[in-house]
Amino acid sequence: MTALPSSFDVTLALDIVLLVMLLVVAGAVARTRSLLAAIIMFSVYSLISAVWLVVMDAPDVAFTEAVVGAGVSTIILLGAILLTRGEAERPDWRRLIAPALACIAVGGLLVFAAIGLPGLGDAASPANAYVGRAYLEATPKDIGMPNVVTAVLSSYRSFDTLGETTVIFAAGVGVALMLGFGPRASLAPPSAVIGDHHVVPRVAAKLLIPLVALFAFYVQFHGDLGAGGGFQAGVIMAAAIILHALVFGLRETMAAIPPRVARSLASLGVLLYAGIGVICMMNGGGFLDYDYLFPPSVEQQIPGWLLGDSEHAHHWGQHFGIMLIELGVLLTVSATMVTIFYGFGGRTVEAARQEAKQ
Amino acid sequence: MDSVLSWIGGGFVVAGVALSLLGAIGVLRFPDFYTRIHAASITDTGGASLVLLGLCLIAGLTLTTLKLVFVWVFVMLTTPVAANALANAAFSSGHKPRIGTFQIVRTDERRKTPRGPDAP
Amino acid sequence: MSFFLSHFNYIAVAILMMAGLFVLFSSGNLIKRMIGLAIFQTSTGLFYISLAKVFGGTAAIAVEPGSSEARELASRLDPAYVAQYGVDGVVYSNPLPHVLILTAIVVGVATLAVGLAIAVRVREAFGSVEADEIDVLSRVEATQPGPQA
Repeated sequence: MTALPSSFDVTLALDIVLLVMLLVVAGAVARTRSLLAAIIMFSVYSLISAVWLVVMDAPDVAFTEAVVGAGVSTIILLGAILLTRGEAERPDWRRLIAPALACIAVGGLLVFAAIGLPGLGDAASPANAYVGRAYLEATPKDIGMPNVVTAVLSSYRSFDTLGETTVIFAAGVGVALMLGFGPRASLAPPSAVIGDHHVVPRVAAKLLIPLVALFAFYVQFHGDLGAGGGFQAGVIMAAAIILHALVFGLRETMAAIPPRVARSLASLGVLLYAGIGVICMMNGGGFLDYDYLFPPSVEQQIPGWLLGDSEHAHHWGQHFGIMLIELGVLLTVSATMVTIFYGFGGRTVEAARQEAKQ
Repeated sequence: MDSVLSWIGGGFVVAGVALSLLGAIGVLRFPDFYTRIHAASITDTGGASLVLLGLCLIAGLTLTTLKLVFVWVFVMLTTPVAANALANAAFSSGHKPRIGTFQIVRTDERRKTPRGPDAP
Repeated sequence: MSFFLSHFNYIAVAILMMAGLFVLFSSGNLIKRMIGLAIFQTSTGLFYISLAKVFGGTAAIAVEPGSSEARELASRLDPAYVAQYGVDGVVYSNPLPHVLILTAIVVGVATLAVGLAIAVRVREAFGSVEADEIDVLSRVEATQPGPQA
């Protein structure tokens, strides 16, 4: 550690302050009995960790954490306590001894193991000096897009990402099978007169929802140049739809985006992703090898000036492949989140009782 | 010139942070729900506006400034509405503001309202 | 830089992880347990991202080599350090853990939803989400079979 850059001091100070804040919030979550308070504090926890992630040079992850942790997962947790109960029983203190001892033991082992790890910011550590560096060096030549995170996510490790997308889809199917695809009993009909109470949120939501949806598309298509991509854009899009449901009522949203459409889009996304892989195979490449996305006859049609020089070649196959699979990710993630929300939001307590009677 | 602007911008950022701190103290110290919302929304609007203004001055005339202006518009659209929705929800669920003189009591006698069964 | 400062992140992450694990073990409430699991999951992500940080690095979004931005980033650091660890004159943080955690967060919320859906169904079947009460109720049901069993 000879060359200690001066800017690192600020980074380290922010790092420590934010981690201490995270520790405090996590302790508060462990202490509180009210589930509502625990959920709101978990949302705060996510937001603080998103700020921490920006300090740690991970804007893509910070983006995802902010949207998912502080947005969607809070709403899903709130939906869950609405259907169950809002207070946890305080366990007898004697019951806490064994878990506390187990946690102290495991934590001690983890800290002991951490002593052998390379220090924070060590550029010479094996992970940073070899694997990470190799991706950073190869991306401009192989793929030709500035955001290395998107390149690794959707090209080098696209098979992995296909798996993750499928897991999200499967989770959506699981929730839908357990809680239903939408309202079972008829939801309370919207009152003919819109109450005075909700005028301000309605007007603001009418302004905001198109903006949020537009921002989702910006994040989606700007993902190869800056922070962003299909996962973030999908969750932002779902947040726009959930905001609509929260302000205008689930019935209105289901009229605009029927549960059937959400289901179909979720499966269409996975299908699109896997289909791109199959097209690459049909053109003679490996599964999801975008260099073979276009058949040779199409490749020859691309005029030379569009290909760029050999130093900074334009990888049209890679660009279109990544764009299409990111679109698949967007469809699956947003539609799955909406399906999950429909499952929790549409399951009223009455519906459950009715189902139990039948 | 640049350094002067960045000093002024830094001053705005510090002022915004101070305002946010005041708002946070207010949330903790004010006696009832409605005054606490008032303190929280000062953090959201006043504090955030001053910090963003300061950052605009530091950034100068670049694309970053435009993005910061967008962020400001977004904050101005959302946080007052959120404060309004909170106060509205509290009032329509029967939470009465405290009026008149009050003294700090040790335990808040909070009424437990039953949860509605079918709100989403 | 002292050893404690350079390893503070790992210690903090270990404590956060144990806070999540403690909630998961000690709480009888199924929803609270899911929150504990989510904290555990997030802190694993924090550990990965800590490992990916590089001194004076910037986010892994390639800066045009030779541009004013690249020169400004390089000017903050020791030239020998940049020459050794930089790519085209700019030092970046490691992008690979970012990719792993980015997808893990979205998968995390999907699995959280599945867990909560199970909790909702448990509540509908037993009328409770407290593990102890469910335990008692399921024993009662086992000794007194319902009409259709």
